[in-house]
Amino acid sequence: MAGSNGSGRKNLKVIGKPFHKVDVKAKCTGEALYADDLTLPRMLHCKLLRSSVPHARIVKIDTSRAEAYPGVKYVLVGKDLPTSFGALPVSEDEHALCIEKVRFVGDPVAAVAAIDEDVATEALDLIDVEYAPLPTITSMQEAYDVSDPRIHEYGEDGNIHRKQIYEFGSVEAGFAAADYVREDITFYEGSTHLALEQHASLAHYSHDNKLTLWSSTQDMHYLHRHLAQVLQIPTNKIRVIATPCGGGFGGKCDPFNHEIVVSKLAMILRRPVKICLTREEVFYCHRGRHPVLMATKTGFKKDGSITAMHHRTILDGGAYGGHGVASTFYTGILQTTTYQLPNYRFEAVRVFTNKAPCGPKRGHGTPQPRWAQEIQMDRIAEQCGKDPAQMRWEQAVLPGHVTANWIKISTFALREAIDKVVEGSGWKKKFRKLPYGKGIGIACSAYMCGTQTPIYWNKMPQSGVQLKLDRSGMVTIFCGSAEIGQGSDSILAYCVAEVLGIDPFDTKVVTGDTDLTPVDIGSYSSRVTLMTGNAAIQAAERAREFLRQAVAEKLQVPGERLVFADRRVFDGENPEKGMTFIEAVWLAESKFGTLGTVGSYSPPAAPGKFKGATIGPSPAFSCTAAIAEVDVNPETGIVTVERIWIAHDIGQAINPVLAIGQVEGDVYMGLGEALMEDMAYRGNRNVVMKNPSFLEYKSPTTLEMCDVVTYLVGEPEPNAPFGAKEAGQGPQLPVPPAIANAIYDAVGVRIDEIPITPDKVLKAIKLKAKGLEGRVGPTVFPTCPMPEAIVVPTPYDGGDGKAIEDKAALAKK
Amino acid sequence: MKTIKKSRTRLEKAHISLRVNGESVEVAFAPHKTLLEVLREDMGLTGTKHGCELGECGCCAVLVDGQPVLSCLALGLAMEGREVTTVEGMADGTSLHPLQQTFAELGAAQCGYCTPGFLLTAKVLLEKDAKPSRQEIKEALSGNICRCTGYIKIYEAVELAAARMRGEQAEPAEETIYGRQ
Repeated sequence: MAGSNGSGRKNLKVIGKPFHKVDVKAKCTGEALYADDLTLPRMLHCKLLRSSVPHARIVKIDTSRAEAYPGVKYVLVGKDLPTSFGALPVSEDEHALCIEKVRFVGDPVAAVAAIDEDVATEALDLIDVEYAPLPTITSMQEAYDVSDPRIHEYGEDGNIHRKQIYEFGSVEAGFAAADYVREDITFYEGSTHLALEQHASLAHYSHDNKLTLWSSTQDMHYLHRHLAQVLQIPTNKIRVIATPCGGGFGGKCDPFNHEIVVSKLAMILRRPVKICLTREEVFYCHRGRHPVLMATKTGFKKDGSITAMHHRTILDGGAYGGHGVASTFYTGILQTTTYQLPNYRFEAVRVFTNKAPCGPKRGHGTPQPRWAQEIQMDRIAEQCGKDPAQMRWEQAVLPGHVTANWIKISTFALREAIDKVVEGSGWKKKFRKLPYGKGIGIACSAYMCGTQTPIYWNKMPQSGVQLKLDRSGMVTIFCGSAEIGQGSDSILAYCVAEVLGIDPFDTKVVTGDTDLTPVDIGSYSSRVTLMTGNAAIQAAERAREFLRQAVAEKLQVPGERLVFADRRVFDGENPEKGMTFIEAVWLAESKFGTLGTVGSYSPPAAPGKFKGATIGPSPAFSCTAAIAEVDVNPETGIVTVERIWIAHDIGQAINPVLAIGQVEGDVYMGLGEALMEDMAYRGNRNVVMKNPSFLEYKSPTTLEMCDVVTYLVGEPEPNAPFGAKEAGQGPQLPVPPAIANAIYDAVGVRIDEIPITPDKVLKAIKLKAKGLEGRVGPTVFPTCPMPEAIVVPTPYDGGDGKAIEDKAALAKK
Repeated sequence: MKTIKKSRTRLEKAHISLRVNGESVEVAFAPHKTLLEVLREDMGLTGTKHGCELGECGCCAVLVDGQPVLSCLALGLAMEGREVTTVEGMADGTSLHPLQQTFAELGAAQCGYCTPGFLLTAKVLLEKDAKPSRQEIKEALSGNICRCTGYIKIYEAVELAAARMRGEQAEPAEETIYGRQ
C-alpha cells in the first residue's frame, strides 16, 4: 500500500528514472559560480596568519608593521572576536582567531584585509607574534599520561575531552553463554576529506547593516547561528548563501574561522571581503576522520551467533571539540544495527591532542567500528569453520528489528544484498580457493538516514520546503538544503514534479539561502533525501489540492478522479477530458488567489528513553554488502584491488544513476582510506603535519581505482520519500574491511590497522614466514578510569527503553 | 623579524595578445601571474578551477594550442600568440560538446569542481583516439583527481561520448543506469 509520502506508489513518471541533475549543465560548462568565483565591486582580499607552533601561549601580537604596509586595510586579532563558538553546544571551545594560546600548527592567530591577495600574503610576514611554547600532547597515550598542561580548561579531566559508557543488557551474562570469547585490538587511521574546492567565503556588509556571507558550506543554517553568536548581531541581520559546494564529505560542516573573520572584516570596513584558503590551509582546517583505536571483545556460539560485545574506543580528537562528542557516540552506538547483538557494552574516550581538529567525514565515526567488527567477523567465521558470507547472512539484522540499544530498524534487505554480491562475484568458487596472492573478502554495514534530533535542541522541523506556483507555469521550490554535489537540488525537483505531474525541468529550485529558503539543517548524516524529500512531497500535495479543487469544479469531475501526469490534469476515467498544467494553475490562482504551500518534516520519536538515546535512531537504515577481490604481490606487499561488488539497500532509488554514482564514490573513498590515506604528523618535530598537499597526501587516481559492480536492492521504505533511503555514506563502510579480509584470503596475513600500506603487508608476510603470527596491528589498548555505565535493559529482557538509574530516580519521587 | 624586500604587486603590468576560446583578445596583468590567475582574475573566465595551485590535482587543466596544460603552472606571459581553450569554449555555439552532454547524462559531474579539467583532458584524448580502451582512458585522465565519483561514471561518459562522436546512436548501458540486476 502506498504511504502518504509516495512510498510504494506505482506508475511513477519521474521517480526511478535517470534524469540528469538540474544543476549539472551549469557544472559542465563553467556557468556554476562557486564561492571563489564571485567578485564584488571594491572587494578586498583576506589572508590568515596561522600558528607555526603546536602549543603555546601568545605573549604578544604586534600588528603595527602590517597595518602600515601599503595596501593593507585592516589587521584583525583574537580580541576583536572574543565570543567562543563550536559546532556543538557542548564544546564551544574555538575562537575565530586565537586569543590566549594556540593549540596546533595551523591555528589562526590574525587576519589581514588588503587590496589584493599578494599584499595580504606579504603583510602576514609583518605580523610579529611572540609565543611561549608549552609541552605538546601528540598521542592518545600522552593525553592519558599528561594532565598538565591541559589543551583546554574543560572536559572530563586532564586532556580527556569526553567519556561515554553504556551497557545494554548484560555483557557478563552474554559472555557466560558464549562458546568462545575473543578480543581484537584494531586501529583506523585518520584521513581528510580532500574536497577539490578549497574553502572560500565572501562577505558583504551593506549600509543598511545587513551582512551577507557567500560560503562553500554544507550547513548554512548552523553557520547562520554561529555568525550571530560570535559577531553579536541578530540572525535577521545576517544572510548566509551556500554557494555550489565543490565537495564536502563532512569537511564543510563546521563553522570555520575564516567565515567569521571575513564577516567581521566586512562589517568593520564596509567593503566586501573574500578569502580562499590555500590547499595547505585546507589540511589544517581538517575536521576529518578521527584516528580510533579499538578493543572489541565478542562472545559467540559455535554457529557464529553473537551473544555479547564489549566494544571500547579511543578517539584522537585533535585540538578542538567540533563535532567530536557526536563522533565519539558514533564509534559505538551503531554497532548494533548490522548483526543481531543481544548484549552490548560500549566505552568511548575522546582525547585532545595538538593536531588539526577531527570531525565528521563520510560515515561520521562509524567506518572505524565497522572495520573493527567486520575483520573480527572474518576471524569468528574461521574459528567456527563457517563461510563468512553465510555467517553474516545468518546473523544479519532483519526488517522490523529493535536493537539492544533501542534503535528501531524498518526495512532492511541485508540478506538480499549479501545474496547479490555472493552470486555476482562467484564467491563460492573463489573463497579460500584462489591461488596464493589472489584473495576475496566480504563485509557488510548499515547506516542511518538522518538523525532524530538536530545539533541544538528544539521542537521545530528539521526540514522545510515552500512552493510558489503562478500563472507563468513555473513551480519554484524553496528549501534550505545545501547542494554539495550529491544531487539534493535535483531530489527536490524530482519529488515535486512527480506529485504535480510535470517535468522536473519545469521547476526552479532555490536552495541554500537563509533570507529566501525555509530552514533545512544541512547536508550531513545522510538526512537530505529523506527529510527534504518528505517535506517537498507534503508541500507539493498541498499545492495539488488547490489545483484539484479548481479543476474539478471547472470540469465537473470528482476531484479524486483527477490525474496529474504528463504536464496535464485530466479525468482518469476519460483522459481526453482535461487541461494543461498551466491552465490548471490559472484556474487555481483565479479561484484561490496567489498560490503558495509549505511542507515540513520531523523524524518520528525513537523508543529509547535514556540519556543519549536520541543519538543513533533514524527514520530509516540503509544497508550494504561488499565483496572485494584483490591481488597481493608477496614480494613487494603491494595490494591491488581488482574489483568490488557492492549491493546497497536503497529502498527505491529516486534516481538510479545518481544513486549508483554515490555508491561508486563510497567505494572510491573507502578504497583510499583502506590503502593509502593518512593524516600523518611528525610527533617529535613540532607536531607538524607531514603531508599537507595533494602530492604527498596519497589518494586514489584513476590508476588505483578498482572496477565496481553495483546492485541496488531493497523494498520502498515507508518512512522515506517514495521509499528512498540514503546512498551517500553507508556504502563506504564495508569497503576497507572487505579489502582487509580479501588480503587475508590472498596471503594469510591480518593487517589490523588502516591504511594497509605495502610495508605492513610485507612485514606481516615475513613474520608469517618465520613461523610467527602473520599480523600487523596494535597490541596494546591503553586504559583510563571510567565512570559507571548507564545501564539500559534491552527490548529482549523486557526493558522499557529507560536506564536503570532513571528508574531509581523515578522510584524516589 | 621578517621583512619584505619587494612587493610582487607593484610590478608594471604585462600586456599580451592571444586567442581564447576562438576569439582574439588582449589582456594586461601583473607579470608574475599564472595563466590560471589571468583567466580567472583578469578575463573573468572562472570556469577554470583551482584545487592546489601546485600542479597536483588537475582541476585547472586548459588547452594551449590544443594540448592539456596545467594553467596553475603556466605563466600568463608565455601565452603571447597562443590559442587557449577553457571549459567555457567547449560548446560548439549553442550545442554542448558530446562530452559535456554525457557527463551531464551520467552524473559524471557530482560537485562539478574537477569537471572542467576532466572535460578538457578527455576532449584531447578523443581527438587523438576515437575509440580509446578503458585502460587508455584511465591513463589519459590519471593526472586529474576527482573525489566524488570514483571515476567510474567519468569513464562511462567518455566512452559514450566517443561512441557518439564516431557517429553511433549510442545510449548508456542498462547497468550504468540501473546497476547490475
